[in-house]
Formats: sequence, structure tokens, C-alpha cells
Amino acid sequence: MIRPEPISVSQLNNYIKEKIDEDEFLNNIYIKGEISNFKHHYTGHMYFTLKDENSLVKCIMFKTYTTNLNFVPKDGMKVLILGTVSVFERDGVYQIYCKAMEEDGIGNLYSEYEKLKNKLEAEGLFDKKYKKEIPFMPKVIGVLTSQTGSVIRDIINVSTRRNPNVYLRLLPVPVQGEGAAIKIADAIKIMNEKKLADVLILARGGGSLEDLWPFNEEVVARAIFESEIPIISAVGHETDFTIADFVADLRAPTPSAAAELAVSNISDIQKSLLNYHNRFAISLHKKLELMKLKFEGIMNSKCFKEPLLRIQNEYLKIDNLMKTIYDKAEGKYKESKYVFINLTSKLDSLSPLKTLSRGYSIIQKNNRIVKSKEDIELGDKIDVRLSDGVIKANVVEL
Amino acid sequence: MENNKSFEEMMKDLEQIANELESGNLSLDDSVSKFEQGMEISKECSKILEDAEKKITILIKDNENNLQEENFNVE
Repeated sequence: MIRPEPISVSQLNNYIKEKIDEDEFLNNIYIKGEISNFKHHYTGHMYFTLKDENSLVKCIMFKTYTTNLNFVPKDGMKVLILGTVSVFERDGVYQIYCKAMEEDGIGNLYSEYEKLKNKLEAEGLFDKKYKKEIPFMPKVIGVLTSQTGSVIRDIINVSTRRNPNVYLRLLPVPVQGEGAAIKIADAIKIMNEKKLADVLILARGGGSLEDLWPFNEEVVARAIFESEIPIISAVGHETDFTIADFVADLRAPTPSAAAELAVSNISDIQKSLLNYHNRFAISLHKKLELMKLKFEGIMNSKCFKEPLLRIQNEYLKIDNLMKTIYDKAEGKYKESKYVFINLTSKLDSLSPLKTLSRGYSIIQKNNRIVKSKEDIELGDKIDVRLSDGVIKANVVEL
Repeated sequence: MENNKSFEEMMKDLEQIANELESGNLSLDDSVSKFEQGMEISKECSKILEDAEKKITILIKDNENNLQEENFNVE
């Protein structure tokens, strides 16, 4: 009997690997199953097993492909995988080299999401006209989220940084899983009934579509819509849009951003108050300055500066006129005096008094000068005017 | 001064007063009274900011299903 040459283990594994690699079907498989034993290695590769009720198979996803994932795989998750089956020769195991992976059942969730979104949009739940304004300085900010984890921590950190005296009131709610939606809706109603806040932040960190699902449920959407208190939603990452985001009065890309939208930055407000003080003071000062200038302008006008000037001017005019009158009068007087003197001297030369002083006299009868004997009768009383007086005489002879 | 105004409304009033004062169209008397009014409002705003007290609380349901408010400390 001729014994065949024994082959080495490496040869066997190499042979099987070649067989499998040649197989078209195994080169391109599409498989569904549940993840278990998931490990995200520090090199960036993912190692896990995929199982169903009866079997399991090893899987590996290299870093190059993991960057395309739109969710974080974890144990228990049902997934669909596209990949290649090959043999890892060293260990003699075959495994799936995954190229793409998505969550199983997502297809259904997406269509449900679209259906509800369209329905609520048609009803007007997303309408801008229903959006309430976020108060500028809410006294109490209600926070609906999980009481553990980074979301509440981020919100507290950002809020207290912007306003060291902020009042945050947390009403803890489950943010994923069965029954979370009802509890979230109830929490919104409680905050409203008891008026426990001036604004609400509804927040959750990032996660798979399934994780975020409560925020896509109708009961939450309706509770948000009916809330009297304005609601800021911050669910998932910036790229996740849940139905809660559409109904909310304001959508924040992240929980930290929601806190920034809800809490005013106190130092900014204090700065603007100071700015108002300055504006008030400057404009009042300007006004006063302007009034002062006007006042000075008026006080500088002639009538205030030399109130007597006008009177003095008038006096001057009067004086001038008086002088004119006086001058004219004096001229007239002088002229008259001259004429008078002239006339007087003329008169003087003609005066009978001069003749009288030479020894002549004038006889008057009844104040008439007697020029002829004819004018006189015997017994008439006559006046004889001499240079130094009058003698009364009787006519005794003619 | 009546004060049912929200903080935001008061800030708007401050802006309006500043604009009126800056227009220079007011009489001196009106300017002074607007100035006083503005300072009053801004004092109230500052007071609201100063009087606020930091509170971070959590609402917890007790055995009778009533909400109790307790201080909340982040772990």
C-alpha cells in the first residue's frame, strides 16, 4: 500500500481558502443576523459574531469600511451585512469580511417615519404660525431628558456658563426603549399643567434610528404641539431630524446648542445695559450742551448784553434834536436881535424924543398931536410933552 | 412704575428710549425725564439679574405620585 504524502495544516487551510475564494456566491453574500460579542478594537477594526437561533459565524469589519456606518453597532442589534466569506488561515476559521452593514428593520421604521411626518405636516403641526417665541429671560428652564449621561451635564455646563444664576428644573424621562414616548408626552403635560417652566428643552444624545424612535412617535409630537410652554428640541446629532424636531417651536442641533438658545448670556446683557447707560448719558449731555450753546447765543445778543444801548441811542437822538432846535432858535434869536438893533437905531434917529431933548415939545389933545391952531379951541385941556415928562395945560388964549 | 413687563420688553424700551434721546428732538424737560425713566428700567433689569439665584433641581415623584423638587447634583 502506497501511503500518500501527508499535507501540512497550512496546506489544508490554504487549499480550503482557495476553494472558498473561488466561489462566486461566497464572494458576495448578503446575510442577516444578530450581533454578539462585539469588540471595537483600538486599531479601528470591529470584531463580532453574527448569530441566529442555532448558529453563529465570526465577522470582521476593517476600519476602512466602519467609517461608512451610520450607526454604532452593539450586542443584540439585528443587522444586514454585505461581505465576503474567507478563511483566516492561521486559525483555520472562516469568517465574514464585512463591507457594509445596516440595521435590520430600518426600512420599516423609515416608512413609518415618512408616513407620520406627512400626516402631521398635512394637519399643520409643523406650521410656522404655531411656533411660539422662546422667552428672552426665562425664570425657569425645564429640561426633559435622562438624568444620567452627558446630555444633562452638557446642558447644565452651558447654561451655568452663560448665566451663573440660571434656574434649571429637570424632569427625568427615559429617552429610548419601550414606553419612553408615553413618558415623554406625560412629562410635557405635567410641566404644562403645573406651569413648572417658562421654556422646555427636550433633549437626547445621538443614537441609532431605533434609539431615537420615541421622538418619532405621534404621542410625543401631539404633546409638543399642545404644549403652552415653548419647547426647544435637541434630539440626536446635528444630522438627525426627528418628528419632535419638526413640531418643536425651535430645533437645536445639539443639547448644548439648546441650552445656548434657552439661556441668555448674562455678560452680554450686562454689557448692553452698560451700553444703554452710556447712550443715555451721552445724549443727555449733548442736549444740555446744545441748550447751553443756545442760551449763550441768546445772552450774547445785543439786547441782553447791552440792554441800555438802545435807550442811550434814543437819548442821543433826542439830544441831537434838542441841539438842532436850540441852534435854530438861537440863530433866529440872533438874527432877530440884529434886525431889532438895526431898527432901533433907525428908530432912535427918527425918534421925536431926541428932538424934544433939544428943547422942543409936543402938544397933544386927546392923545392926538396938535399940528395946527385950527385943532384947538379956547379952554381945551392939552398935554405938553417934554423930553422928561408931560405938563397938563389949559388954553387960555388963541 | 408699573411692572408687568417681561425682561425682553424692558430691553426693547431701553432701546427705544436711547433712540428717542439720540434723535435730539425732545425738549430738555422730556430728555431729562426720559433719561430718568431709562436709568430706572435699566436698574430694574440689573436687579432681576442680580436677584436670580442659581438652582438646579430635579422633580421626583413621591409615593403619593406628587412631584417633589430636590437639588440635583450631576454625578
